Amino acid sequence: MKLTNRSIDKNNCGSVTLVPEEPEDMWHTYNLVSVGDTIRSTTIRKVQTESATGSVNVNKVRTTLTIQVESIDFDTQACVLRVSGRNVQENQYVKMGAYHTLLLEMNRQFTLTKQEWDSVALDRIDTACDPAQHADLMAIIMQEGIAHVCLVTPSMTLVRAKIETNIPRKRKGMCDQHTKGLYRFYDQIIQAFQRHVNFDIVKCVLIASPGFVKDQFADYLFAQAVKSDDKTILENKSKFILVHSSSGFKHSLKEVLADPAISVKLADTKAAGEVKALDDFYTMLQTDPNRAYYGIKHCERAAEQQAIEVLMVSDELFRAQNVAQRKRYVSLVDSVKENGAEVKIFSSLHVSGEQLGQLTGVAAILRFPMPDEDEDEDQAEDSDND
Amino acid sequence: MSRHRIVRTMNYEDEYGDEEDEYSHSVEDNYCISPSTAAQFTWTREKNMNLAAYVGQEEVINEEEEETQEDVSHDSFNDSSKSLHLGLSDFDKAKLNSCLDEARNILGDSVSESVMTSVIIQNGYNLETSINQLLSQQDLPKPQREPRQRKIRTQGLLPATQELKPKDPEVINLSSPLVTPSKSASKAKATIGFLQAEDQQSSQPNSPASSKKLSIQVGSKRNVSPAGPKKDKGKRELSNLEQRETESKASEMAATALSSEDITAGGNSIDSNLRNAVEFMGLEGDKETIQSSVDSMKPVPATPKSKGKSSKIDVMAEFAKRHGNKELLNLVVIGHVDAGKSTLMGHLLYQLGNVNKKTMHKYEQESKKIGKSSFAFAWVLDETEEERERGVTMDVAQNRFETEKKCITLLDAPGHKDFIPNMITGASQADVAILVINATRGEFETGFDAGGQTREHALLARSLGVGQIIVAVNKMDTVDWNYDRYESITKKIGQFLTKQAGFKESDICYVPCSGLIGENLTKPSTEPKLTSWYKSGITLLQQIENLKPPVRPIDKPFRLHVSDVFKGVGTGFNVAGRVGAGYVQSGDKILIMPLGNCATVKNIYIDDVADNLAFAGDHVNLTLSGVDMSNVSIGSCLCDPNTPARSATRVRAKIVIFNIDLPITKGYPVVFHYQSINEPAIIKRLLSQLHRSTGEVIKKKPRCLVKNTSAVVEIELERPVCMELYSEFKDLGRFMLRSGGHTIAAGLVEEMVQTLKTSVNGTSQS
Repeated sequence: MKLTNRSIDKNNCGSVTLVPEEPEDMWHTYNLVSVGDTIRSTTIRKVQTESATGSVNVNKVRTTLTIQVESIDFDTQACVLRVSGRNVQENQYVKMGAYHTLLLEMNRQFTLTKQEWDSVALDRIDTACDPAQHADLMAIIMQEGIAHVCLVTPSMTLVRAKIETNIPRKRKGMCDQHTKGLYRFYDQIIQAFQRHVNFDIVKCVLIASPGFVKDQFADYLFAQAVKSDDKTILENKSKFILVHSSSGFKHSLKEVLADPAISVKLADTKAAGEVKALDDFYTMLQTDPNRAYYGIKHCERAAEQQAIEVLMVSDELFRAQNVAQRKRYVSLVDSVKENGAEVKIFSSLHVSGEQLGQLTGVAAILRFPMPDEDEDEDQAEDSDND
Repeated sequence: MSRHRIVRTMNYEDEYGDEEDEYSHSVEDNYCISPSTAAQFTWTREKNMNLAAYVGQEEVINEEEEETQEDVSHDSFNDSSKSLHLGLSDFDKAKLNSCLDEARNILGDSVSESVMTSVIIQNGYNLETSINQLLSQQDLPKPQREPRQRKIRTQGLLPATQELKPKDPEVINLSSPLVTPSKSASKAKATIGFLQAEDQQSSQPNSPASSKKLSIQVGSKRNVSPAGPKKDKGKRELSNLEQRETESKASEMAATALSSEDITAGGNSIDSNLRNAVEFMGLEGDKETIQSSVDSMKPVPATPKSKGKSSKIDVMAEFAKRHGNKELLNLVVIGHVDAGKSTLMGHLLYQLGNVNKKTMHKYEQESKKIGKSSFAFAWVLDETEEERERGVTMDVAQNRFETEKKCITLLDAPGHKDFIPNMITGASQADVAILVINATRGEFETGFDAGGQTREHALLARSLGVGQIIVAVNKMDTVDWNYDRYESITKKIGQFLTKQAGFKESDICYVPCSGLIGENLTKPSTEPKLTSWYKSGITLLQQIENLKPPVRPIDKPFRLHVSDVFKGVGTGFNVAGRVGAGYVQSGDKILIMPLGNCATVKNIYIDDVADNLAFAGDHVNLTLSGVDMSNVSIGSCLCDPNTPARSATRVRAKIVIFNIDLPITKGYPVVFHYQSINEPAIIKRLLSQLHRSTGEVIKKKPRCLVKNTSAVVEIELERPVCMELYSEFKDLGRFMLRSGGHTIAAGLVEEMVQTLKTSVNGTSQS
């Protein structure tokens, strides 16, 4: 992302102009835009004109519109952001108050104006504009019959393909069906992989599975590549890494990223960092339950006592439509930061972020143990968030 | 104008020709039957043809008895009606006919026409009185019934049934629910074969639309079997208006006329349609009668209903029979990787003669070729290329062998920790287990210490309902059959199994053996080093013989969790799995859950041998038709359409947490293992923490669950999965939770919180 203009006054009111450069920036934008903001961008609008004679003409016009956001849509598969709302600025073609949906595009700048820029949003812009963070990797997580082809970027884990086939089991004297089924399964994975991989971006490809599936698959993949003379795979053979995972489900990606052999290669990507932080939390919960808190109320109480050492928050919470709720989380983050603690904002698209999201979205490791007093207080928040 | 049809010149006849067909036809007209066929095979009451033309040879032999008895009270009925008619005026004849029709409507076919005629004439064509008389005649126990009752059972039940005269079929049902299993045990099987075709004809029309009607028909069939069927048909055409009025009387009559066993038959059918199998075999007490009644039915064109089963077999009897033969036992072999599980079992199979010498020789040669000669016996069970190459079992191998008293399904589970999901599939299908221990120095310790699979396997097996365990201390030859070594191993293992895994002391036994050289497997050992201290000399095979099979839930509704879907030979496709509860028979309609589709079981194979029936505990292959192969996946549940299995995406369960590194919190991602399913799941809520032994609630809504605790939690799955409550099906209510390659908890399903409708088609994702 490129930041081309920033004019935020001391009341934290103002606008920024950004140019998204890669799909991931769309995700950042999604986390920045909230209902009530105004956003200005160029767009295409169908305009009806009536001539003097009464004949009607419909033209598509490219124009720049400013809308007040009413709803935001993010498509993870295509990485497209749609923002819709009412027009708030006089325009040659579009009336005030007319609805329009802006499709934010790559490499086309937009201006976002907020009544109040909070610290979380500003941090987000900083991270988005940090050019250093680039370590995309492809991960194929599989077990017999199930495979996930994922693209892991610093702040997103996108499942590009999920393959699920039925592989007949081995049975007395009828092993060929098993073998055939297995190869069919591998073929499907290879197809999905070839469709989605882009070796210009992808720094490495992880093949993870329990048992020998990964080895077998890798052998098969390269054999097929040689057969079909697939240059791209053969040239990038060194990018493939085989890792062990306990299952073929998506959440096993967590184990893969935590694997020390891998984390060295990945340097310090956000994904790996998140996994580690969450693991630390769980370890703390095991060793000293009074130093690991989760749930907004518990964490707020801990923050009051300046007890928090590491705060983990899912970015999902900042996307809340409810302004008061967002403010509550922002103030928690701010107060914790003031006290010199570390704040980790998890991407809800990552596996670890997903898990944190399930765990109320907020968790904290404390500096010193705090006894767990109330039991009934958190009844309300314990209700399900689905 | 070309766009329009030319209406003026249109040929209307062509246009409407099609509809005309529809108007003038009735459905029956489409049924074509040549006049000669009709004359030969269709019996019409009006024609009064000689019945003997329809009756097969055997029937005559058997029915002699009945006919002579009937002669006592009336003339032989073929002639009687004629002779009675002779002296009547036209007017009387008309009266008689109308009375007859009425009477027949009321009485159905239970009374022969001749009897009716004579009674009606006696009563001066008074319908009411004659019916009353006919009914009271029926009430009297007929002399002809007696010999048969004596043959089959005591008459103890008869008075009871007479009291019943039920309007409510349930009463019959309750009065004699236990009769069926005891009867016709020996004959059932013998008759099944030839019965199938005829039985279909005879029983299908009867498969009860109304249970009362059924009992009437049953009664009629037994009573006057030659005449019965024909009127049976007439009866079926009887208008529904009349039916209600007649029902009470008819059932009353049936109740009295039937022998007690017949009532059982009727009663049970009411109990559940699917139990047809039971009652019909029950009804046909002895072979001859079955045949006669069946043969007598033959001429009547049956109107088969699509519903129901093609053959009816006394299930319990059939099961008892098989049971009496050899007890079925599902045996899983577990243990740490490289403990020698496959080799041990492969050698056992070889010694039992289940693997022929030629194959064994081939394996020896081939394994030697790739430098793994010690794996030759393991190759018996490890059949895929991958497994042989790596020398590791990857998936459960299934085999079957018979001993003197038992018929054993052997499940050879993989020991490698990455294949524990497969091992769980195997263990969940097993009744008993053999835990193979590697006695080699150092090997036992690595397998048994934390990180080894010995503990995990034993715990898993116990949690999945395996009650008895044989500890086979393998590779004793490598430690020179050292007694001290054996003793220290058994002591450690015994302590673990009783204290931690929860096996009963009496359910554990130990055998020293060697799988590679085949010592002490089937034959008592001749190794002097072993025999010097191993005095009992019990071989592995003898220990297997001593295991007791569990009670199988055959009376429960049918359940089968699919563990494999594959293309078989011929049409349709095959699914494999263990029948979890109830029984299934070929021709059955079954429901596939959570898909919600119905399918028909075409064939049943047990160990590649076609069979008609499969019971709880059997490992079967079913050929299904009527559903697409892609719709059935591993983990689908085949069940009885009348009592379908429930599917849910969220369950409440009691879990026992094992020794885990990280505590379980809300939102903890796990892999849910249930039967053959492994699905990602999330622990959604921690409801309460329980005391480990008493089950009391220690803490409500705990923040986290640490190791070695019990708790009640809610688990959410990504898509609906068929499960059973532990309270209803013990075996099918257990599951395991794993995370990061470790088993973290064992659970029991307590409640399905979110039950989805049957028609979700697996698309709903929460």
